[in-house]
Amino acid sequence: MANFYTDNPDLRHHLNHPLMRKIVELKERNYTDAEKFDYAPLNFEDAMDNYDKVLEIVGDLCGGLIAENAEGVDHQGASCADGHAIYADGTVENLDACRKAGLMGISMPRRFGGLNFPITPYIMAADIVSRADTGFENLWGLQDCAETLYEFGSEEQREKYIPRVCQGETMSMDLTEPDAGSDLQSVMLKATQKEDGTWVLNGVKRFITNGDSDIHLVLARSEEGTKDGRGLSMFIYDKRNGGVTVRRIENKMGIKGSPTCELVYKNAPAELCGSRRMGLIKYVMALMNGARLGIAAQSVGVSEIAYREALAYAKERRQFGKAIIDFPAVSEMLAVMKAKLDASRTLLYETSRFVDMYKVYEDIARERKLTDEERAEMKKYSKLADALTPLAKGLTSEYCNQNAYDCIQVHGGSGFMKDYACERIYRDARITSIYEGTTQLQVVAAIRHATTGTYRTLMDTYAATEFKAELQPMAENLKALTALYDEAVAAVLAVGDQKYTDFMARRLVEMAGNIIMNYLLLLDANRNDSFVASANVYNKIANAEVAKHSEFIRNFKPEQLSFYNI
Amino acid sequence: MSLNIIVLAKQVPDTRNVGKDAMKEDGTINRAALPAIFNPEDLNALEQALRLKDANPGSTVTLLTMGLPRASEIIREAIYRGADAGIVLTDRALGGADTLATSYSLAQAVKKIGNYDIILGGRQAIDGDTAQVGPQIAEKLGIPQVTYAEEILDLKDGFVTVKRRLEHGVETVKAPLPCVVTVNGSAADCRPRNARRVMKYKYAVSPTEKNALSDDMKAFVEQRPYLQLQEWGAAFVEADPEQIGLAGSPTKVKTVENVVFTAKESRRLENNDAQIEELIKELITNHTIG
Repeated sequence: MANFYTDNPDLRHHLNHPLMRKIVELKERNYTDAEKFDYAPLNFEDAMDNYDKVLEIVGDLCGGLIAENAEGVDHQGASCADGHAIYADGTVENLDACRKAGLMGISMPRRFGGLNFPITPYIMAADIVSRADTGFENLWGLQDCAETLYEFGSEEQREKYIPRVCQGETMSMDLTEPDAGSDLQSVMLKATQKEDGTWVLNGVKRFITNGDSDIHLVLARSEEGTKDGRGLSMFIYDKRNGGVTVRRIENKMGIKGSPTCELVYKNAPAELCGSRRMGLIKYVMALMNGARLGIAAQSVGVSEIAYREALAYAKERRQFGKAIIDFPAVSEMLAVMKAKLDASRTLLYETSRFVDMYKVYEDIARERKLTDEERAEMKKYSKLADALTPLAKGLTSEYCNQNAYDCIQVHGGSGFMKDYACERIYRDARITSIYEGTTQLQVVAAIRHATTGTYRTLMDTYAATEFKAELQPMAENLKALTALYDEAVAAVLAVGDQKYTDFMARRLVEMAGNIIMNYLLLLDANRNDSFVASANVYNKIANAEVAKHSEFIRNFKPEQLSFYNI
Repeated sequence: MSLNIIVLAKQVPDTRNVGKDAMKEDGTINRAALPAIFNPEDLNALEQALRLKDANPGSTVTLLTMGLPRASEIIREAIYRGADAGIVLTDRALGGADTLATSYSLAQAVKKIGNYDIILGGRQAIDGDTAQVGPQIAEKLGIPQVTYAEEILDLKDGFVTVKRRLEHGVETVKAPLPCVVTVNGSAADCRPRNARRVMKYKYAVSPTEKNALSDDMKAFVEQRPYLQLQEWGAAFVEADPEQIGLAGSPTKVKTVENVVFTAKESRRLENNDAQIEELIKELITNHTIG
């Protein structure tokens, strides 16, 4: 039986990144919990060993039970009866095993029964789970909502709900409505405060992943007469209180084990979480940022399984007297898949470390005043996380779709049949570039970091690294690509037209992404020779992509924009 | 009702992944080439024990294993999955034991633990495939045994109800406690390791392992009784030296042959004594048995 953690040495490489020491020391407050909790680490090495051992449990469960159940879950799917969502049998088994393994509430503080892990090992677990069953990653990964509850809920709400999440109760984020998808400002679900001060919710939500969960975070309009985001607040709905029914579940193309629900709220009692009017502008933004990182992890898991399935088939399938992997057309496809996988993963963990850094300072700030130096670090990493999260979500999800496409291509005619896992992978991949904000919306969130220089500063930081001699030529090449990027950004800004910038935004963001991911692969190769091949293959992709966008922008006349008005 | 549950387990070479170098030239197992694992059916037994513990709060599950000192690895594994404690019965004098000497030694250890309500173990170990140790322990302790168990359905009022998986179907039986139940591989898989338990118990060591630790870690373990696994010797369980180890083992391996199966024929017998007797005679004559 495979272990999806130990069979993939790249994961340990990313877990053992130099920045982890600082993250862990801050997260563990110099290891003071060891006096209170018998499972708290004694020092950095002990903490890292804990992450490693817990990820081994995740890998074991995923390589065994969860991967074995994936096909059955896809066939059976979730269903709906008597106002509730019903999981596929395999999903029920998976959830039960995750609960018994204590893999819920991974990043929550120990005082609530959590494991107090940083985001990075948690995201690594999500990466592994997604490789085993992409749809199951949604259900398991929604424990992430507890992070938002922890950050913005009252101490009473934390004490009431977080231990339940750590015990294995599931969560959902009820945001989308029939007329409020990408545009959440239009949310209409009505929150009414009764005379005794308590709240009830009325209305409909749609496309809610795991909408029959135990604990919901709900975005609702608390300010009567308002029409925009400032009239929205966040609420906690506890399934134990009743008042919400599942009207139907969607018949989806992929991630069929994850029930996507239409919910009807009828005087459903709910608690206000945080301050009124801050629901969308603060809390849901935080919630979405966490969820986007989760989708990036899910996408990397999909890329991983797509690459592995394609590789295994290409080694086994023989045509013209040899394995098809021995044909350059096929081996190139595999090398490109691997390079995209490695590029996605390195961006994922760079992002998760930045998220860890600012979140841990934010958490320390709840206990004491930060020093000026700490405050400056927090701001720096917060900005970097804000810049890399949409980049990671956008690019890793596009890459996993490309890898899923190529996975079928490597399988040839057999890949079009239902006999191989690749067709499920292809269907499961498709949602990643849509939900939690489409790739187009990730570009909207990312573009200001191209125009204001966040990405550029990051490139400079990477360029200042001392690279091994054999990696120097690539480092030089990346400086040349950076110059092309600078030129493109300047050209777009020079036009000084918002519509034109919006039109070119995708190109600029992709260029930044290509260069940043190539730098990260170079840094990986600097630490570990096993990344040299991927860094080189990706460098070819980056050169071609950057040149393509560069050419497009250089040859484009602003008045030609009119041809695109359909 | 809280129960004292004993789970018998064995650390075995992983014969499911046998490579070319799994057997030495003389036909004995090359243990160095095979990873040592928790005998699979003992994990099924552990799951049944943990379910009893879940249903009867306050119960304790104690793992008992006989083997080399490194068998403490499977005790940690059991503790990670929910067992409370474990004992390695280890002694040079116990080496070379066949099933008779093994069951005697383990029965002595069970007596030393004392006050048990139920003893669970796997049907058989994948290295010897005898399925004799569990039943022999029951005989030596003078208590009932239920073999081929697939699920413990109920335990109350001094009786255990067990579903047995047999060749021709299933059978539900009831036995008075205390008793020995040996569990089939068709029973529920063992639950996974628990993250908190792994972090809590990863430094649990046997006395032999503790000796190899740094002074700091020794002190760390000494301050925490839950990290101290037990090792018992033959004298401690008051075992008769004549009945243990090689001395207590009437089974002597004469030679080991590398057998490659070639015959593919099958034969069908009627269910009557005459035909069975005829087959037994035939098998004795060609030395398949006896």
